Amino acid sequence: MGANPKLDPIRGEGSGNGSRPQPSYKVIGTRPIRPDGVDKVTGRALYGADVRFPDLLHGKVLRSPHARARIRSIDTSQAEALPGVKAVVTGADLPTAEDRFEDLGEGGINLRYLSENVLAHGRVLYHGHPVAAVAAVSPHIAEEALSLIQVDYEVLPPVMTLEEAMAEDAPILLEELRTDEMGERGNRPTNVAAHFRYELGNVEEGFAQADLVVEREFRTQTVHQGYIEPQMATALYDQDGQITIWTSTQGSFSVRSQVAEILQIPVSRIRVVPMEIGGGFGGKITVYLEPVAVLLSRKAGYRPVKLVMSRAEVLMATGPTSGSRIRMKMGATRDGRIVAAEAELVYEAGAFPGSPVGSGAVVLLAPYNIPNVRIDGYDVVVNRPRASAYRAPGGTNAAFASESVVDELARKLGLDPLEFRLKNGAKEGDRMANGLPHPKIGYLETVEAIRNSEHYNAPLEGRGRGRGRGVASGYWGNWGGKSSATAVLNADGTVTLNEASTDIGGTRASIAMQFAESLGIPYEKVKIRVVDTDCVSYNDVTGGSRTTFGTGLAAYELGQKMKAAMIQRLADIWGVSPEEVVYEEMVFSAGENRVTFDEAAKLIERRSTPVMVEAEVYGKKYGPAFSTQCVDVEVDVETGKVTILRYTIAQDAGKAIHPAYVEGQMQGGVAQGVGWALNEEYVYDREGHLLNASLLDYRMPTALDLPMIETLIVEVPNPGHPYGVRGVGEVNIVPPAAALANAIYDAIGVRMTELPMNPARLLEAILAKQAQESTQPA
Amino acid sequence: MRAVDYVPVRSVEEAVAVLAEHGDRAAPLAGGTDLIAQLKEGHRSIDLIVDVKPIPELMELSYDPAAGLWIGGAVPCHRISRSQVVRRHYPALLDSTTLIGGIQIQGRASLGGNVCNASPAADSVPNLIAHSATCHVAGPQGTRTIPLEAFFVGPGQTVLRPGEFLVGFRLPVPPAHFGAAYLRFIPRNEMDIAVVGAGASVVLSPDGQTVQAARIALGAVAPTPLYVPEAGQALVGQPVTEESIARAAQIARDAARPITDMRGTVAQRKHLAGVLTARALRIAIDRARGTKTVDSLGRLNGHA
Repeated sequence: MGANPKLDPIRGEGSGNGSRPQPSYKVIGTRPIRPDGVDKVTGRALYGADVRFPDLLHGKVLRSPHARARIRSIDTSQAEALPGVKAVVTGADLPTAEDRFEDLGEGGINLRYLSENVLAHGRVLYHGHPVAAVAAVSPHIAEEALSLIQVDYEVLPPVMTLEEAMAEDAPILLEELRTDEMGERGNRPTNVAAHFRYELGNVEEGFAQADLVVEREFRTQTVHQGYIEPQMATALYDQDGQITIWTSTQGSFSVRSQVAEILQIPVSRIRVVPMEIGGGFGGKITVYLEPVAVLLSRKAGYRPVKLVMSRAEVLMATGPTSGSRIRMKMGATRDGRIVAAEAELVYEAGAFPGSPVGSGAVVLLAPYNIPNVRIDGYDVVVNRPRASAYRAPGGTNAAFASESVVDELARKLGLDPLEFRLKNGAKEGDRMANGLPHPKIGYLETVEAIRNSEHYNAPLEGRGRGRGRGVASGYWGNWGGKSSATAVLNADGTVTLNEASTDIGGTRASIAMQFAESLGIPYEKVKIRVVDTDCVSYNDVTGGSRTTFGTGLAAYELGQKMKAAMIQRLADIWGVSPEEVVYEEMVFSAGENRVTFDEAAKLIERRSTPVMVEAEVYGKKYGPAFSTQCVDVEVDVETGKVTILRYTIAQDAGKAIHPAYVEGQMQGGVAQGVGWALNEEYVYDREGHLLNASLLDYRMPTALDLPMIETLIVEVPNPGHPYGVRGVGEVNIVPPAAALANAIYDAIGVRMTELPMNPARLLEAILAKQAQESTQPA
Repeated sequence: MRAVDYVPVRSVEEAVAVLAEHGDRAAPLAGGTDLIAQLKEGHRSIDLIVDVKPIPELMELSYDPAAGLWIGGAVPCHRISRSQVVRRHYPALLDSTTLIGGIQIQGRASLGGNVCNASPAADSVPNLIAHSATCHVAGPQGTRTIPLEAFFVGPGQTVLRPGEFLVGFRLPVPPAHFGAAYLRFIPRNEMDIAVVGAGASVVLSPDGQTVQAARIALGAVAPTPLYVPEAGQALVGQPVTEESIARAAQIARDAARPITDMRGTVAQRKHLAGVLTARALRIAIDRARGTKTVDSLGRLNGHA
């Protein structure tokens, strides 16, 4: 366990003035313009919906109006007869998929269920479940054709909540489902797809040592990632059997393998072209439209078919992450040591197994070193859309529970909540609930950064009288994954870098910067492109906060390889050994031979073998991220409305390659966390119809609902990366719900245990507290 | 969206003739911010859009010191909120026309459309009632005038007969020592439909200490926008105090008969009806007096 370097958080206000690159770096730590910036601000960038062809057909998807039903029959004859309709497909057009688990990067899915989610096979399991699709010469004709498809449903009672799903006499959603009970397959039909347990030490003995125990039950609702760009896909099934798919995705190779598995077509026949992506947050990993577009294209006579979802379809049938019920019990000694923790996490999986309850269970207590822990997790199917990954999947739910209880313990012990965290905070080598020891981490440093912040030390006027301050911490493990990339030396001294990590957070810039640093050239000399699946080898998805780390490793390696290749070529030209060639400050020299980098590029093209290098990496030494956050709120006690007055984040980035984009990730995570905490939720009626499938009634925060979010970048380098990079994309969505709940308690003494803490719920709690106080004897 | 026909009309007579001929297969179009969206989303089916914007009266916004303010049925919100007359004499109207939609929507959306859409939550209605607006309607049987509070029958339903349409609104000249305000409660700070809305107006004595007249109307707490005359009545002759405001707010709260839906609950809406009535009254009183009430945390009129 090495001593921590002296911390000097970069204070960023998004102004671009806060950058202080370490002297040893020339590129890393600066804030250059992103390669895709101009096209995005001028509107020139091409997104999936911009794909157009002269003979393009337009597709539409027919969706189930019921939350749960058996499909007795589907009659598409009238739709097929409508002039202008070129193809109609249903689940019968899909091959029988294998009963096999496919890892998608951030979570996985059984291929049979993936296929069933693309087009229903004999049963529908949520309002909006795709049942059929049409391709026609115009979107209007396609829409009209949908209304001509006759589906005979046997409507069944839906199972909308965890309680309904787990009841003894619950209707069974998936007849074939058996509980995976800690690795053992159960023997009776159930809605509980899995139960697992993490155990450390002895919980009973731990609680016996505790002087204070707090136990509460928390609930969170189904929420959506809320990416602004709806899903779309255009596919061309060519006469020669070659397939091209243009889409917006976090992982072009993942789309390729999912489509190949669902349609049982070899991957070599599929090329996926990733278009610019308007937000993903985990929700653009699973395929929805791509296989349907391919089927329609083939059936329509090998014409390209484009499918674009409406916002209502996006909310009804893609995305969401799990609603949950979490029971959290924690015990501490009088002197402030947490000695035991016990939790039960029950997560909605949606229509098919695969909620992020597993990662939620890891996030739950990861910031603390607790000797005695028991966590039970349950994955439960309900008649809602299948849960998919959402920024630190499962983490926000879990931290809402654990960080609220930590806050309550600290208050009852009379300890400052940050001091309490410093006393119990995890360090390198401490074991997490899943038994794995933490590698080198910077958790305590994030707590110290908040403790030392101007915000935390500033007085809050009206505190305890409608205004309050709360803190919370969060963990995300991050990921490394596989990446490959190539780099080509151009004769003018620039480099073309081809990589395949779709860019959702400024990764073109962060990858190009690492390459430039590695090769010792300015960032402006690197021309970076995100290429399709035929151009480089396999790449994992842009997910798990892995890209700047993983594809960054490839970029580092490319820089080293290109330097070596250039030295080799120059040595040949000069007739010296490569060891004699020195490369410094963009100058190659050997004895009297001396060329600049640009001259070298030109010389090599004229007199030697061209230079192209490639790198393939499988990054396994990724470093976890921690974030500690402080928020000031004002509660309108007459209406229950919460106004955020000030928000500050401290995150350990390992090393911030491009601090402005790190700050953007920090602020973006908090913005989404605030929405989840205060207003976002899926509202269903008793029949299981989604009532708020619009951005009017699915209330994400607007620009007027968020303050400027202040950022403190903490840098405890990850020893597993040459520049110390950790992932930064996800962890900041973990603490906000708890931080806000803690701030609301500080403001008005009301402990909220259910999300969202919207005005209706908060007002109810305020009025209940007032009623209770007025009936208590004075 | 199915294809529909479009016809612009240039006079009230022409509009009446076209609308009478096509019955419920035609609909007048002003800004279209409700109509077009309803057609696109399949919530409404018609064959003919009758664009009433070319009719001069429909786009007229004018003030007469005797007759008061005329607002043509198709005048967009942005013209109303930028009018110096409105800013000077009709403050509650300014409140509502600046909070309906965003800037782009305000460039098209009209009060006539908002009123005829007849949402119980319509933001323009409680303030127009507070300003004693009347609706001027034209139809095959001629023209008629209807007080705004009597215009609504139920959600999406008005007293308009087949072939009739709304030409515009007349708002009387406010008396001296008059103030009015409109407030709505929404969970966010933008992009929402009112959970509850409250419009209030007061006429104070010359010394500003006594209420001489008051009107209070609520949105989103009943099947139609709700005028609560008894709440205003309770203030008449009363001193301007927190007690008298609280009494009026309690009456408004009791008059509310909301439902629970995804935007709010019965208990929340009844409670908010009282809170917003009191707050709107305080603002109206401030405006009548030309004062500003700031609380201990520096917030104007008890809200941020």
